[in-house]
Amino acid sequence: MTGTEMLPLLWTAIGQTLTMVVSTLAIGGLAGLALGVALYTTRPGNLLENKPVSTVLNAIVNVVRPIPFIIFITAVQPLTIQVTGASYGTASVIFPLAIMATFGTSRIVEQNLVSLDPGLIEAARAMGAGPLRIIGTVIVREALGPLILGFTFLFVAITDMSAMAGAVSGGGLGDFALTYGYQRYDYVVTWVAVGVIVVIVQLAQLLGNRLAARVLHH
Amino acid sequence: MSAMVCLQHVTKEFTAGKQTVRAVDDVSLEIERGEIFGVIGYSGAGKSTLVRLINALESPTSGTVVIDGETITGRTERQLRPVRARIGFIFQQFNLLGSRTVAGNVAYPLRVARWPKERREARVAELLEFVGLSDKARQYPDQLSGGQKQRVGIARALATSPGLLLADEATSALDPETTRDVLDLLRRVNTELGVTIVVISHEMSVVSYLCDRVAVMEAGKVVEEGDVYTIFSSPQQPVTRRFIATALHDRPGPDVVQRLRERHRGRIVTFGVRDGHGSGTFLSEQFRAHRVDGSIVYGGITDIGAKPLGSLTFELVGTEVDVDALLVTMREHTDVVEYGGPLTPTDTTVDEATADAATDDDARVEVAR
Ligand SMILES: Nc1ncnc2c1ncn2[C@@H]1O[C@H](COP(=O)(O)OP(=O)(O)OP(=O)(O)O)[C@@H](O)[C@H]1O
Ligand SMILES: [Mg+2]
Repeated sequence: MTGTEMLPLLWTAIGQTLTMVVSTLAIGGLAGLALGVALYTTRPGNLLENKPVSTVLNAIVNVVRPIPFIIFITAVQPLTIQVTGASYGTASVIFPLAIMATFGTSRIVEQNLVSLDPGLIEAARAMGAGPLRIIGTVIVREALGPLILGFTFLFVAITDMSAMAGAVSGGGLGDFALTYGYQRYDYVVTWVAVGVIVVIVQLAQLLGNRLAARVLHH
Repeated sequence: MSAMVCLQHVTKEFTAGKQTVRAVDDVSLEIERGEIFGVIGYSGAGKSTLVRLINALESPTSGTVVIDGETITGRTERQLRPVRARIGFIFQQFNLLGSRTVAGNVAYPLRVARWPKERREARVAELLEFVGLSDKARQYPDQLSGGQKQRVGIARALATSPGLLLADEATSALDPETTRDVLDLLRRVNTELGVTIVVISHEMSVVSYLCDRVAVMEAGKVVEEGDVYTIFSSPQQPVTRRFIATALHDRPGPDVVQRLRERHRGRIVTFGVRDGHGSGTFLSEQFRAHRVDGSIVYGGITDIGAKPLGSLTFELVGTEVDVDALLVTMREHTDVVEYGGPLTPTDTTVDEATADAATDDDARVEVAR
């Protein structure tokens, strides 16, 4: 494939990958943040201690999280068609991606919150703050630096997962590399895709580090 | 006018698995408006649980908590929030929000109370001025020393002008000098702002420096309670005596007595120094009247609630008859402990309390403040 043939395809693929990653990060990131906060706050001894809820949430997360993404895409396809109205294409990949990202994020969030000093929550309670305010202004706010780094890690993981979208003709750089590189024995195309992914990931990492450093006021 | 805090038969139990711990056991207390009240006890005595009951972070298993005339027991979590907001709380580990500046931390309770921005800023400036940290407003807590952090903690606790301030081991993470500064600040909070303060501590020196009254806790119970001078000068419970010994260091332990006997030829006697008793002039008059020479070999006098308290240990030199007569007179005025001389050691058993505290080798006289 010549450069002039490849470039428009590559642009499209980059656009699709970014669409998948950014929307997944937005949807799955937010849902995962909520789920992670729920996992943390319902733990025994914590702000919203609730044994049944905690047990159920943990069970769901533990079951879903280890499913390999490539199998998960196919397994939830009936549901995907119901929700997005399509069985292939970028939009149809975002659905399983967002679900997987939600569960992945929830554990990352929970792990970052566990190291939070319980004294801070105690202090906020002693000042008369309610649970919602404490979650927003103490729990999430105090762990924001590590959380941003967690989300940066997530960005990389989603980029990785999104490449598997190629398997279900979901578009993006993974699809691009498979269709025009692997199947046509064109290693140049494959390596171009690799290069672009590396650049995207590096930029995301750089941005994440900057943001985290700023929040941690170093 | 009703008491600031009134606990009526308050019990708090924690259940972990099959085990039940009674952290606070049938405690009844009244803390008056405007006083500084101390709660002292060893680790696990239930002090923290007690203060957490006072500001409704915990609710009692049984009994009633009344704050400023309002019964707070039996209220819902949501109803308790305004009660907590009206009580200041400062912590051993400061518990400042690391993501906010000093000003941001002090402003936090005002945000909770929904103060408008301009009033908030004015109030924060006023509070930082009061605790002497105006120049640190824009710094973050991790840039401050321990003493400065606790000042921020105090400013934050005072933000909404509470009538009651609870301090749970507020100085336990600080060095002695910084401790003194923070205690002085707490005293200003009490005298200048009229805030009632409850001080939790395991250090008797903190209580003696700051408090008007004190309760001694052991295994969840208040075993002794009274004004600080009375508790110090005539403790009833063994646990109280042990605490006092740690603050006074005035009586020689058995090993020190042994060394004093080896070093001195005369009889070794300790006289208690009380408010109005055993003062310097009285002692020297008695020594002269009984033709006895006394030289101080050990002791300490501490100022407790603006009154002197402690004891002085003397080597007494004179005829046996004269010294005996002196001791008879002294016994009428203060407590006397006789350790005997080198040749006729009357082995007075030194009580447990003083033995714990007095491990110092050298005789010393400390006159605090
Ligand atoms: N949330 C809890 N769950 C179970 N047990 C508790 C809880 N809080 C306190 N306890 C128990 O209650 C007892 C009293 O604890 P508390 O913290 O009130 O003691 P303390 O006098 O403040 O001790 P320290 O000087 O170490 O702070 C202890 O035996 C403690 O283990
Ligand atoms: Mg405690």
